Amino acid sequence: MKIKFLPFAAVAFVLFTGGCATMQPGPTAVDTSREVESLARRFPPGAKAPTDAEIVALLKASFKDSPSAKLDRLDQTPLQMACTEASRSGKPLDEKLRDGLQAAALASVKYPADGKYLGDWKRGKAIAQNGRGLQYTDKVGDVAGGNCYACHQIDKKEIAHGNIGPSLTGYGKLRGQTEPIVKYTWARIWNSHSFNACANMPRFGDAGILTEAQIKDVMALLLDPESPVNQ
Amino acid sequence: MKKIFVAAILASLAFPLTAQDVQKQIDRYRELLADGNPAELLEMRGEDLWKQKRGPKNASMEACDLGLGAGKVAGVNAVLPRYFADVDRVMDLESRIVHCEVTLQGFTMAELTKRPHSLNQSERQTDHEALTAYVVGQSRGAKVNLPQSHPKERESFLRGEKMFFFKGGPYDFACATCHGVDGQRIRLQDLPNFQKADNAQRAFTTWPAYRVSQGAMRTMQWRLLDCFRQQRLPEMEFLSPASIDLITYMGVKGKDGTMDAPAIKR
Ligand code: HEC
Ligand code: HEC
Repeated sequence: MKIKFLPFAAVAFVLFTGGCATMQPGPTAVDTSREVESLARRFPPGAKAPTDAEIVALLKASFKDSPSAKLDRLDQTPLQMACTEASRSGKPLDEKLRDGLQAAALASVKYPADGKYLGDWKRGKAIAQNGRGLQYTDKVGDVAGGNCYACHQIDKKEIAHGNIGPSLTGYGKLRGQTEPIVKYTWARIWNSHSFNACANMPRFGDAGILTEAQIKDVMALLLDPESPVNQ
Repeated sequence: MKKIFVAAILASLAFPLTAQDVQKQIDRYRELLADGNPAELLEMRGEDLWKQKRGPKNASMEACDLGLGAGKVAGVNAVLPRYFADVDRVMDLESRIVHCEVTLQGFTMAELTKRPHSLNQSERQTDHEALTAYVVGQSRGAKVNLPQSHPKERESFLRGEKMFFFKGGPYDFACATCHGVDGQRIRLQDLPNFQKADNAQRAFTTWPAYRVSQGAMRTMQWRLLDCFRQQRLPEMEFLSPASIDLITYMGVKGKDGTMDAPAIKR
């Protein structure tokens, strides 16, 4: 028999952070090609379709309330409710509903009072890497990260990036620093639903995940000409 | 022989992280997978536990009915969760194991559900993890085919489906946010798309799994606890109704897959 001394943790580390993968931009909406089942197969005799209220009640009975993650996280906002249904049914939102939700999201955006949109890209880099925040295992008041790399390619040198969102490599170089671009990017990070009601990107400002100062720093990471993202 | 091999791997966990050549490491890792899975040790411990007389009633688990009849262990994970008439509800494998420890052996629910998952690689795996490893291992090669003819089995699936798409919490995530699109990755981790039969089959048939990054075998209940953490929902209760319905949903989606668990994962 062979005895191999392979550092397991090292392999795990490599698989987690290294490895090569094709880097195509990811799709952004939930797949709608679900199997279409006949009603008879879906509901055999005696089986009832669960109601939304029943689901919320069951979910609430399935979690522990704690100061860092309370049970009210299971109470859906109107947007969450509408987007749940859209992704489950595969049907896009009704246009009027969508426009209303996007307008409300855009109205939630707080622009910096001092008019300064860009902070320090070096700090922004660390925030984009940091995946902590708002989990039940975190403590109330812990500083959260943006975890941007979980979903985006940003600095080309960082190969451990996800693809749920589009690549942001060269973001500032490609788009420039005009006021509309700067304001759009701020609003996108503050409340991504302003531009796509059911976008799969967290509301970093609106949900209180990042502070205003932190958002300025990730703004600089994307837009500052000195940032590695724009080299 | 296998024990020596596994011990060597476990001992090597303490090595510093020096890996540079990514591809070479991945190749070695693959080679290793073919050789042996540390979960096999845990399966052996679980088998001993299963057959031992334990608890206030000094009974073994051998009379436990896991869904294919009392005392039948082979293949059960391929038909669970399912409806059990004695409790008039749908149960997943882990709920049923705990149920038998209560009814046959006389343990209390409270003591069994207090700490079902070991904390990290420095801690011994729990009896619950060992028993689960053993039972699941006896389903290797079985074709996944969850029964769906009882109304309660179908309702469990329908609820699980709704829960899978339920967006909530401060990040507005649903399971479907991360597991509803082809070819999605978080960092470098591939995310199975449960709307695709082959993805769902692979995911369902390879859990529980030995997690190399944690040096421990993790059960399906743990997998859900950890995904709900990433979803930024509160802490999931062990054996909660949501966990059972979601496992039913994933199992039905993974129909016709071939059980190959406990598997080994990053
Ligand atoms: C859970 C995944 C996820 C995370 C985490 C995430 N994003 Fe996004 N992001 C997306 C998705 C998806 C889109 C596309 C949204 C759409 O469909 O409208 C997007 C779009 C964007 C856009 C607009 C791109 C364009 O071409 O207009 C910017 C800018 C952006 N994200 C920045 C960030 C920053 C900065 C962070 C970290 C603070 C971040 N994102 C974190 C998923 C994510
Ligand atoms: C924020 C993203 C995210 C959400 C939301 C999420 N997961 Fe996951 N899930 C992951 C990641 C990342 C992995 C891979 C973990 C790894 O490789 O360590 C994973 C792995 C899994 C696996 C194992 C797949 C395999 O092949 O090993 C299952 C099963 C699973 N998730 C189910 C769910 C369910 C059910 C939900 C909803 C309760 C859910 N996930 C929500 C990110 C997520």
